[in-house]
Amino acid sequence: MSTQSTLDDTSTAAGDGDAPGRPRRRRRSPGTPHASGTVGGLVAKLVLMAVVNAFGVFAILAAWNEESYGILAAMVALLVAADWVYFSRRTLPLKYVLPGLAFLLVFQVYVVAYTGWVAFTNYGDGHNSTKEHAIEALLVQNERRVEGSATYPITVLERDGELGFAVVDEDGDVRVGTAEEPLAPVDGATLDGGTVTAVPGAELLDRRQVLERQDEVTTLRVPFSDDPEDGSIRTQDARTGYVSTSTLEHDAEADTMTDVTTGTVYSPSDDGWFVSPDGERLNVGWRVAVGFDNFSTAFGDSRYAGPFLKILAWTFAFAILSVVTTFLLGLFLAITFNDTRLGGRRIYRTLLIFPYAIPGFLAALLWSGMLNRSYGFVNQVLLGGADVPWLTDPWLAKLSVLLVNLWLGFPYMFLICTGALQSLPGDVMEAAKVDGAGRWRTWRSVTLPLLLVATTPLLISSFAFNFNNFTLIYMLTNGGPRFADASVPLGHTDILISMVYSVSGLDGTAAKNYGLASALSIVIFAIVATISAITFKRTKQFEEIS
Amino acid sequence: MRRSIPAVAATLGLALTLAACSGGGADTPEATTSATAGGGGGSGDLVVWVDETRQAAVEEAASAFEEENDVRVEVVLKNFEDIRADFLAQVPTGEGPDITVGAHDWLGELTQNGVVAPIELGDRSGDFEQVAVEAFTQDGQVYGLPYAIENIALIRNTALAPAAPATWDEAVAAGQAAGTPYPVLIQTGTEGDPYTYYPLQTSFGAPVFAQNEDGSYSPELAMGGEPGHAFAQWLQAQGQAGVLKTDVTYDIAVEAFKNGESPFIIGGPWMLEQFEGLDLSIDPIPSAGGQPAQPFVGVQGFYVSAQSENALLANDFLVNFIATDEAQLALYEAGNRPPALTSAAETASEDPITAGFAAVGADAVPMPSIPEMGSVWAFWGVTEANILSGAAEPVAAWDKMVADIQGAMGS
Repeated sequence: MSTQSTLDDTSTAAGDGDAPGRPRRRRRSPGTPHASGTVGGLVAKLVLMAVVNAFGVFAILAAWNEESYGILAAMVALLVAADWVYFSRRTLPLKYVLPGLAFLLVFQVYVVAYTGWVAFTNYGDGHNSTKEHAIEALLVQNERRVEGSATYPITVLERDGELGFAVVDEDGDVRVGTAEEPLAPVDGATLDGGTVTAVPGAELLDRRQVLERQDEVTTLRVPFSDDPEDGSIRTQDARTGYVSTSTLEHDAEADTMTDVTTGTVYSPSDDGWFVSPDGERLNVGWRVAVGFDNFSTAFGDSRYAGPFLKILAWTFAFAILSVVTTFLLGLFLAITFNDTRLGGRRIYRTLLIFPYAIPGFLAALLWSGMLNRSYGFVNQVLLGGADVPWLTDPWLAKLSVLLVNLWLGFPYMFLICTGALQSLPGDVMEAAKVDGAGRWRTWRSVTLPLLLVATTPLLISSFAFNFNNFTLIYMLTNGGPRFADASVPLGHTDILISMVYSVSGLDGTAAKNYGLASALSIVIFAIVATISAITFKRTKQFEEIS
Repeated sequence: MRRSIPAVAATLGLALTLAACSGGGADTPEATTSATAGGGGGSGDLVVWVDETRQAAVEEAASAFEEENDVRVEVVLKNFEDIRADFLAQVPTGEGPDITVGAHDWLGELTQNGVVAPIELGDRSGDFEQVAVEAFTQDGQVYGLPYAIENIALIRNTALAPAAPATWDEAVAAGQAAGTPYPVLIQTGTEGDPYTYYPLQTSFGAPVFAQNEDGSYSPELAMGGEPGHAFAQWLQAQGQAGVLKTDVTYDIAVEAFKNGESPFIIGGPWMLEQFEGLDLSIDPIPSAGGQPAQPFVGVQGFYVSAQSENALLANDFLVNFIATDEAQLALYEAGNRPPALTSAAETASEDPITAGFAAVGADAVPMPSIPEMGSVWAFWGVTEANILSGAAEPVAAWDKMVADIQGAMGS
């Protein structure tokens, strides 16, 4: 799709010369063919659209095969849209934005919408899947082998179009049964070394046929006798059979589970469990919508509310301070190295970019080793064997996080400030000089405002990035040191996104709660979006003034 | 926002390609064929998730299975740390594997979420070490095919300490007499390591959960009260004496032992590869509180997905091809963990080191596999570390930990 849009640009550019240096825009009369530029362009476009269509049809067929109707509908819609946009004459702007829009839908909008949906469910441990799956799992888990029963060598067969088992019983007699007919002795069956080789009136299935129908074979239950109390024969490998009984039964009409041994009836509850009248619940639950419960837990539950506010405050402090410190240091260095009198500027500049070249997660991991209290390089070598608890004291840990982020982040700011400084218009500077402004005055009133116009969007994006700077926190402190007064596993350097990670339980140290984690993600999204929107708006006013 | 459209499209196109690559990147090279050949269900490929230490052994067993059944077994390499969460998330979508490797303590979570199917071992269950089958049993049903048993023990460098210590104080005294920088090494870290500290905790009579008569755990915390306080105070004393430190991470501990900086380290068979050249003896963990020091036993095994379309193949593969001496010994050689199949374990125990770990394991307790165990780790380790480092008062911190775990279990 990428190449297609690029090529489309060039093919339409001929009829739509916006680029500088070309003659003024010529209005196309409605009658002219669309790709009026070149024949080559038209051919290239047709070829590319053929590829896109082939790919789209393939994806649609694949989705149909997999019975993924959501993906199928989305692919059909996208393909129709693509063909309409690129073969219609009235959709010029869409020709440019469609590829981007399509990817935005797939990668952003879908993910955000899915997270939003999960935030209103109780997805997590115990509520991992659908109700059908939960019922299936409960039935499977409560089907028990009859205690003390024997193991039977079995053979799978087909009789009158129905699958059945041929079983060799304790006396060496062959008994055959299907799902409808209980096991009964048959005459005339032949045996070879304990396995059945032929049964009159029935066809034995060979290994390949068994594998082709393995779903039917594993779900087949052949009653052991006329008495249902005796249980039924089942197999898991089509070689041996076991007698088993179910202790739990599902009543599809009433939608209840019944414990056959005690007679207790479990009915589905609003929060996704089967619950008995006296409050006892079955092991496996399912996902249900819970409304705003997750949000009220984040803000209202006393176990989460306190840490949440502290972490929110620290997240803001961390993001703002990170942007300010890295920007100031980067700006200072950029101004210093922008001075032509300084010798060897290129070497210094290259060296300064060095921290930027190391992957962030690696650098954070290295720093966590260097800041180790007893063995770290900083305490042992730089501070001569001092015992500074860099990462284990609440305030020092926060300082360490900020310092490491400063080390990681200033080269970026240095780069963009250097670029912005070098592109400042020379005439404005000269005008300031002519007007008799001093160096400081020029810098305050001309350089800095112009610089800020260029860099503010980048500062906002840097803020958004640091607001969600999971890698640094996870690798450097993992959120620690822990809050001493909180009852949830969260710490002094946790930011919102690392809090989301520990709440979601993905690291295995806590029960999973994807619902709550998604709700917190939505809160983060709202905060970052609001702040970005406000600041972008203010930047616009700023730009208009200058 | 201001980047040109072609650039955005190109970046996104690249992202799509990368996503497509990473989707198949974890798979074996043949994985691409399954995308075209799979599809309609029925007898497709048998998909098995393994981590890198068991890959070769499983592939070997798989090739024998492929020949006999004329099916393809696709062995997918995954990070062991990712398997648990990925299995839970992917099985309900139908995209999960048929079989995955796993640890027995996941069992509670896997059954609670309905993603594993029981395995009927039948008469074969007698061929396994009893503790291994018990570990995979919940409520009378077996859910996994065990292949290895692992536990920690006291690893002793015989050049530095000629005799096995009977108590913790003897071990510390022997360590100090050896004149090495550390009397005893235990990996700790700032977040603690309750798994490695557990034998010392049980020696005070403070097990994590109460055990029923049949050995299964009930979700009732048992580590509070007097015994727990005694352990907490002992931790504080060790920290103050400088015997145990939170700065000692796994890497630091292993490195120090390798360099002969301590006669003792508490650890498992997975460390042995790094200690080549040292003359080692595997001893029971010395008791600190007077009662027997029982470490956790972990059992490794294979689970069958509840949504597997190849349930028959999967069970056949496990019961008839993995529960064999050859496969179990191949897995043993790959990971150094004693096999769960009794006959294979006997062969492996010809090695004195393996026999040493197995002897300690015989008196150990299975790690609880009830879902409530998931709520314990996050509080347990950090509390121990804080008491050790002196950041917290032992009794108060221990009581708060117990209350917090209760709170997390109740929610």
